[in-house]
Parts: sequence; structure tokens; C-alpha cells
Amino acid sequence: MEKIEFDYSKYDFKNSTSKYKILFNEGLSEEVVRRISKLKDEPEWMTDFRTNAYKFFVKRPVPEWGADLSKINFENITYFARATDKKTSNWDDLPEDIRDTYDRLGIPEAEKKSLSGVEVMYESEVVYNSIKKGLEELGVIFCDTDTAIKQYPELVRKYFGKVISPNDNKFAALNSAVWSGGSFIYVPKGVKVPMPLQAYFRINAANMGQFERTLIIADEGADVTYIEGCTAPVYSKDSLHAAVVEVIAHKNAHVKYITVQNWSSDVYNLVTKRAFAYENAFVEWIDANMGSKVTEKYPSVYLMEPGAKSNVLSVALANKGQHQDTGTKAVHLAPNTSSVIRSKSICLNGGRTTYRGLVKVKKGATDVKSSTRCDALIFDDFSRTDTYPYMEIDEEESTISHEASVGKIGDEQLFYLESRGLSELEAINMIVLGFIAEFVDELPIEFAVEFNRLIKINMEGAVG
Amino acid sequence: MEQIEIKGLEVSVNQKKVLNGVDLLVQRGKIHVLMGPNGSGKSTLANVLMGNPKYTVNAGSIKFDGEDLLKLKVNERAKKGIFLAFQEPVEISGVNTMNFLVTAHTNLKGKDPELRKEIIKKMNELNLPDSFLKRSLNEGFSGGEKKRFELLQVMLLKPKIAILDEIDSGMDIDSVRMLGEITKKLSEDTGFLMITHNDHILDHVKPDMVSVMKDGKIIKSGDYQLIEQIRREGYRQLI
Repeated sequence: MEKIEFDYSKYDFKNSTSKYKILFNEGLSEEVVRRISKLKDEPEWMTDFRTNAYKFFVKRPVPEWGADLSKINFENITYFARATDKKTSNWDDLPEDIRDTYDRLGIPEAEKKSLSGVEVMYESEVVYNSIKKGLEELGVIFCDTDTAIKQYPELVRKYFGKVISPNDNKFAALNSAVWSGGSFIYVPKGVKVPMPLQAYFRINAANMGQFERTLIIADEGADVTYIEGCTAPVYSKDSLHAAVVEVIAHKNAHVKYITVQNWSSDVYNLVTKRAFAYENAFVEWIDANMGSKVTEKYPSVYLMEPGAKSNVLSVALANKGQHQDTGTKAVHLAPNTSSVIRSKSICLNGGRTTYRGLVKVKKGATDVKSSTRCDALIFDDFSRTDTYPYMEIDEEESTISHEASVGKIGDEQLFYLESRGLSELEAINMIVLGFIAEFVDELPIEFAVEFNRLIKINMEGAVG
Repeated sequence: MEQIEIKGLEVSVNQKKVLNGVDLLVQRGKIHVLMGPNGSGKSTLANVLMGNPKYTVNAGSIKFDGEDLLKLKVNERAKKGIFLAFQEPVEISGVNTMNFLVTAHTNLKGKDPELRKEIIKKMNELNLPDSFLKRSLNEGFSGGEKKRFELLQVMLLKPKIAILDEIDSGMDIDSVRMLGEITKKLSEDTGFLMITHNDHILDHVKPDMVSVMKDGKIIKSGDYQLIEQIRREGYRQLI
């Protein structure tokens, strides 16, 4: 057997929780929800929003239509942890072990070279936030959502929970009850943010739940690219990540949202992401799901007004013991709207990928164009891939296409590459990276390099 | 002298015997032509030399420079200096052609800062547009272009022994002439096992050795004269 030359150790390191300022006991109740709100000194409307959402969470059963979620024990999760009192815009002000975490992940270096702003969240809260000079003067807001509630209450209240209601699904309800941290972005009319804004989410403690809440508003003609990366160390106990992300793209705006998720294999990753795209707006979800035990995530776009466009491009990689149940929804509510969906999934060593997608065209939404393409690459007979493309087309005057392919990694391709001196593992990596090349093309170059590395790490055991 | 020495080779695929005791010598610096009717086992031999796992070796030996080639993995054989130009090069989506060439070269020959320039120069020689380098490997190449791209790799990777599996089929007359000139030039340092059942190429290459294969066996070996005989009489007379 060939030795894998990559490992997860860059991500798998743990810091002590002994110096944490606040660390809740495990378990969830209305009391826990109220304590979070109180700790944050929130306005009443937000406390009400949370307690109301908690009721929805309790009422709703754990969904059974997708991956197996029956093993989640909500009483074994820690719902809030504050690692440090200080939020800072200077890396040197962070406690040493936290700063070290981000140094190892290469964030400060990337910030200097290729980003317009950075936010890092550690456990429940954002500990570092910066934005390039000049952007603030143009009126761009990039801060954590807790801060936004205090500093921009009207703006937040206008949009918060409007794209994804607290009763949307069980995990959106949970997030709405116990949310903490996440990014708030507002880009004013006509402002184009030149380089991406990046957020980095890190779970450190065992049994931790991370529930960030992100809200992005691109005003008329604005343009912004946001990148989020996620990692956690490996524990034998399960952690839970249940985020809610709401995006509003006003007339002629463009929002590109890039996610590279690389949770450790004990994280349940259950995320609700949705965007509203208004007249001629363009929303893109570029979404990679690696790692985690179970992922259920379907970034969606509601095409609200004529001319709105969406592009959803996703990669899912499931290795041993993992189930990536992912997909998207494109909901066409207005004429002349278009959506493009491309999904690439890879499964090996018994891993399982599921594509679950919905294309919906409302009556009266004429001249809609929608195309879906799902490609799966499967390594062996005990891995599994399924495709569930749902369509609800209530308007005849629309052009809808769907294509799907499932391929096994080709022996002839491996032989060809190996005959040119590549080892079996190198050949597999080259084929896999080729399979997802159109995804990598969407990433800024600095992230493409890191992304390719992550794919190789997650292909561990591909050569038996 | 560096040479591949094949003795008593018996091979099967899907339980079907395809080689029934092949003996053959391929020497570095010489051109060895292997001819024979379709289905006689020529391509099988080429694949087995490179180590295609599809085929099972039941008996016999393949030695390269005294070393047992059958014990080596495919990429290890490549690193020893053995190269196979494929009859039907496979397409691989998303794998950038330039990146592929650089990776192959780095694996087999080490890093070379001048490589990119060299690639473009050689592509010009072969009439391959350098826009190919941006494409996916072998994707959208015509049959003849694929063959010339295999030849490009021989030129870049400079193997000790190059097995050309019907590289001339699908090539136009000009390309075949070019193929002849290039192999003649390279044969100062490389040994060629040139598999063909189309003798146009033999107007441009003068082989040192000629062997004829039929039903999984070498039925006749000789020098250039043998080609003349086949041209006159066909394969049937050899049996």
C-alpha cells in the first residue's frame, strides 16, 4: 500500500478550553436561549425572536427525508463558548493559542496579499475583524452580526430572518434561537468591493455547537465576493454546525458566495443558505463540501424579479463514514430569469453522496431558462451516489434541462497516467482534480492552491 | 547493451489466451518493427510490456537490462525508461495538457526550467498548435493529432525503449513521413518497438529488425528483406 503523503494535522490541533471566559454546560432549554441573549445584551426584539424560534425548534421533528440524523443528541451539545473577551483588529492582541491557530491556517498572510477584509470566528464569537482602508469610507460594512445589531439596528432588523424565517426548518429554528457570531455585510449602491471578504470559522472544543448567522446585503449595482472556510479538530464525540446564511442582492447587484468546508469527520453540518435576487441581480453559490459526518445543505436562490440570474456550482466529496446530502433550489418567481446548476460529487471507501435539487417555475414566470448538470465519480462498489432532481414547472414557456452522469474512475485513464511516471495516488489525484476543475476555476488563485491540497487530504485511503 | 528480452511469454485476458509463448529482443538504439494481421496479439504485447493490469501473465519472462520487468509497477517501468505510445490515447476531462506534460516530465526526467519553451518548439515541429496546451488531455484532438501528441511525448521524455502501438494509423502522409524522420533521429539513443500493419511508414524508416506475429506467436524474424517478402507475398506465405 502506498503511503499517503498528506495528512489532516494542519487542521487537527486542539487548544485548551481552561482559559475560556464562558463555557456553557451541555444542553438546551429556553433558559439557555435567554442566557445567550442576555450575555450579548440584546434588544428585546431579538430576545423575542430567539425564544419564538426555540418553540419552533422544539415543535419540529428531526427531518427524516435525507441523511441519518437520528444520532444527534441535542442535550450533548455545548451551545455557547466565549474564548476571549476581546474582539480585535490586531492579530497581536489575540490570546496566543488563538492567534497561533490562525497563523497555522495561514489567514494573516492571505489577508495581506489578497483580501479586502477578514473576520475570524472561534467557537461562538468573532475574535478578529478587519477591513481594508478606504472601503469603510465608501460605506461598506463588514463586521460580526452581534456587532451589527448594536451599531446598525435598523438595517439589521429590516432584513434579519426575512429570507429564511425562524420556522423554515428545524435547524434554521435552532440557529435562530441560539445563533452567535457570523458575518454582516452591507455594500452600498454602486460600490464594487475589489477583493474578496473572507470569514474563517473554527470549532475548537469537543461537543461544540457552532451557530453563526450571516447576512449579506448588496444594494443596487453593488458587487461583492465573500469566502468562508471552516475547520475543526478531530474528536470522537459529535459536534454540530447549524448556520443560517441570508443574502439579498438588489437590482443589478452581484454577490458571489464561496464556501470551502472541511469539517472533521465528527461534525454534523446542517446549514440553511438562501438568497433573494431582485431585478437583473446575479447570485452565485460556489460551494465545496468535504469532511463532516453528515452534511445537509442546499444553497438556494429565489429569482424574485425579471432578469435575475443564479449560478450554483458545488463539489461534494464523501469518504468513509461520510454522507454528503447536498444540492440546491432555483425558484423562478419572475419572467426572464435564469439559473445554472452544476454539481460534482465524488465518493470512495463507502462514502455516500446525494444530489437533491429543486427547480421551480411559478405560473406567469415566462421565458425562464434553467439547466442542471450533475456528475458523479465513484471509486468502488461499496460507495453510493444518488440524484434526486425535483421539478415543479407551472409555466409552459420555459426552457428546462437536466443532465446527469455517473462514472467510475477509469482503469484506462489510470494506466495512461501511470505509464507517464505518476504513482497510482498521483494519477487518482490528477483525475479527481480534473473532474472538479471547473469548480477550481471559480476560486481566487490563492484559494485554488489550498483547495487542491484539501481535496488530496480528503482522498485519503483512495489507494488500497 | 540495454535491451528488453522477452522469453516464452504467455498472456491471457478475461480467461482467454492471447499470447502463446513470445520470444523477442528489443535493443536500445535499434528500430524493431513488429508486423502481423489484426488480432495477432501485437497490442497485447505492447500493453504487457508497460504493465497494463488488465492482462495476466501466465508464463515466461520480460527482462530489462537483466532486471525482472514483471515485478515492477507501471510507473516504475516508466522510470526505468520504458514508454508506450498508445494506439488509442484516453481522454481525461479537466486535466490540463501543459500541466500533464510538466508532471510527466518532472516524474521521469526531473525539473527543467526550459521545459515550456522546449514543449512549444517541439509542438511546432509536429504541427501541433500550442493552443492544445490549454485544453483537457487528448480532448477534442483529432485521431492524427492524438498520435502526434504521443510522438511529442517520446521526444520530450526521451525513453530508452519506446513502444509505438500503431502510431502511424490515422496519420496523414505528411505526418507519416515526419514520424519516419523523427524516429530515425531519435533512434541514435532510443530503441523502438514499432507496431504497424500498414507498411507506408516503412518507406521512411529502415528497421534493423522485423518480426511477424500471428496467433500470439512470433512466426518469423529477419531484417529489412522480410518486409520486401511480405510486400510481395502477403502474410499467408509465411505460415
